[in-house]
Amino acid sequence: MSISEMGVEGRPVPELDPVSKHYWEATTRGELLVQECPSCGTRQFYPRALCKMCAKTPEWLKTAGRGKVHTFSIVRQNGNEPFKQWLPYAVVVVELEEGPRIMGNLVGSDVDDVHIGMEVSVDFVPLTDQASLPFWRATAPAVSDG
Amino acid sequence: MSARVPVIAGVGLSDYPKAPHLDAVGHHVLAFQRMLDDSGLEKKEIDGYMTAQGNFAAPDNGGTMAEYLGIDPRYYDGTAVGGSTFELYVQHAAAAIRDGQCEAIVMTYGSDLYTQSGTNPSFGAKQPGEVVPGALQYESPWGNTLIGAYAMAAQRHMYEYGTTSEQLAEIAVACRMHAGLNPNAQYRKPLTVEDVVNSRMIADPLHMLDCCVVSDGGGAILITTEERAKDLKQPPIYILGAAAAQTHWNIGQMPDYTVTAAARSGEKAFAQAGVRPEDIDTVQLYDSFTITALLMLEDLGFCKKGEGGPFVQTGALKLGGALPLNTDGGALSSCHPGMRGIFLLAEATRQLRHQAGDAQVEGAELALACGSGGWLSAMGTVILGRSTS
Ligand SMILES: [Zn+2]
Repeated sequence: MSISEMGVEGRPVPELDPVSKHYWEATTRGELLVQECPSCGTRQFYPRALCKMCAKTPEWLKTAGRGKVHTFSIVRQNGNEPFKQWLPYAVVVVELEEGPRIMGNLVGSDVDDVHIGMEVSVDFVPLTDQASLPFWRATAPAVSDG
Repeated sequence: MSARVPVIAGVGLSDYPKAPHLDAVGHHVLAFQRMLDDSGLEKKEIDGYMTAQGNFAAPDNGGTMAEYLGIDPRYYDGTAVGGSTFELYVQHAAAAIRDGQCEAIVMTYGSDLYTQSGTNPSFGAKQPGEVVPGALQYESPWGNTLIGAYAMAAQRHMYEYGTTSEQLAEIAVACRMHAGLNPNAQYRKPLTVEDVVNSRMIADPLHMLDCCVVSDGGGAILITTEERAKDLKQPPIYILGAAAAQTHWNIGQMPDYTVTAAARSGEKAFAQAGVRPEDIDTVQLYDSFTITALLMLEDLGFCKKGEGGPFVQTGALKLGGALPLNTDGGALSSCHPGMRGIFLLAEATRQLRHQAGDAQVEGAELALACGSGGWLSAMGTVILGRSTS
């Protein structure tokens, strides 16, 4: 077993723009946002200034921060800092319960256990004062009330 | 006035796979000179120019490159969507020739990627703490690699269709077999499926030998009218179909990880050409990774979606098979200078001229080239023929 844990030090930093600043600001409160179109209902990620389907202006939608691994890769070679210190690590595309997909790192599991369909939950780690990074962890089995 | 029929009438490749004596501009120039020799066209006749360097600060940016080569274009294209750019250029050039915008269009490409860096370009941040704008700000923080992006497609294809690493390996094995017939190919020693699946894992499920090589290289292609080509040195190769499509740009946005835009570009190109996949004698597919070529074989209709794995195991892709693939050795074994699309066109043309020597697909009448740009994002499909019928 080697449990994948990754830090945030040295990671690329998002350049906040007029749209992304709302998304990243929410991450600092522990909220994962996607967008929903008030006109056609399309939900989308990444955030845009328009609905990618009908071009109307979308609204923000707070997600439950849960989803399933839609696809992934285990990166075993990357010469770039800071990532090379964390090899091997899992890059996942998570399909959120609300529909849109989002890329991230899955941590806290053995990379050999990562699989499509794996249920995951978000776990924010502060990167800067203005942005926290949404990591993903295997969703703990529900605790029985009995 | 009779219809203006677009043809490929000249091809030149610079030195590859390793050319420390050339810089990027030098590759453009050498390929250009060889294209002129190949075609017999007088340089002064060139009135259209296309190249894919959009960075104005680069010495080979489109405007500067036209100036350097001494071309004063009245038709110009600087579309840059990565590896498939040159297939898109064929689409644009064919339309421009038909429309009478110009008489002789040249596209050139040059790259000293191997000599400069020895590695394929990575995307997003390269320095710790680098600030990333735009759509990549949602992907770069996660340390995905170029190979990791394609691995995501392979992973999903395996999940949905049971495709195996051994099946993907067949593509690398076929390309290597053909590289053995190409004295310039970067790697020529025969490969087995076991060699591929036992090579180092780079990004699961892609092994080192599922990945293209890193090279220097360049190319130049001349597109003119059938009428003009009559007096030139080479038999004209007809552009029967040329179409493009894009589904996404960044890998995190790929709508279906098992289907590329080649499904749409291919359908259009086949309709234009009036032929079907079973009519094609050889395919030159962008094999940045084994999965790239596998997805294209399915998307272009050479087999059904999901059946690419069993299809490549039939041996169809090897010379002597029904659909020889990448008869120069492809990106997997011959050369990959960064944007390989022009090599697909050069090899398809070589096959249709029946100038491929030991790698000749006997009686080749129709060839298909399909480029992939970005992260399985922008696809360009070109169908070429020895004749118009
Ligand atoms: Zn909408």
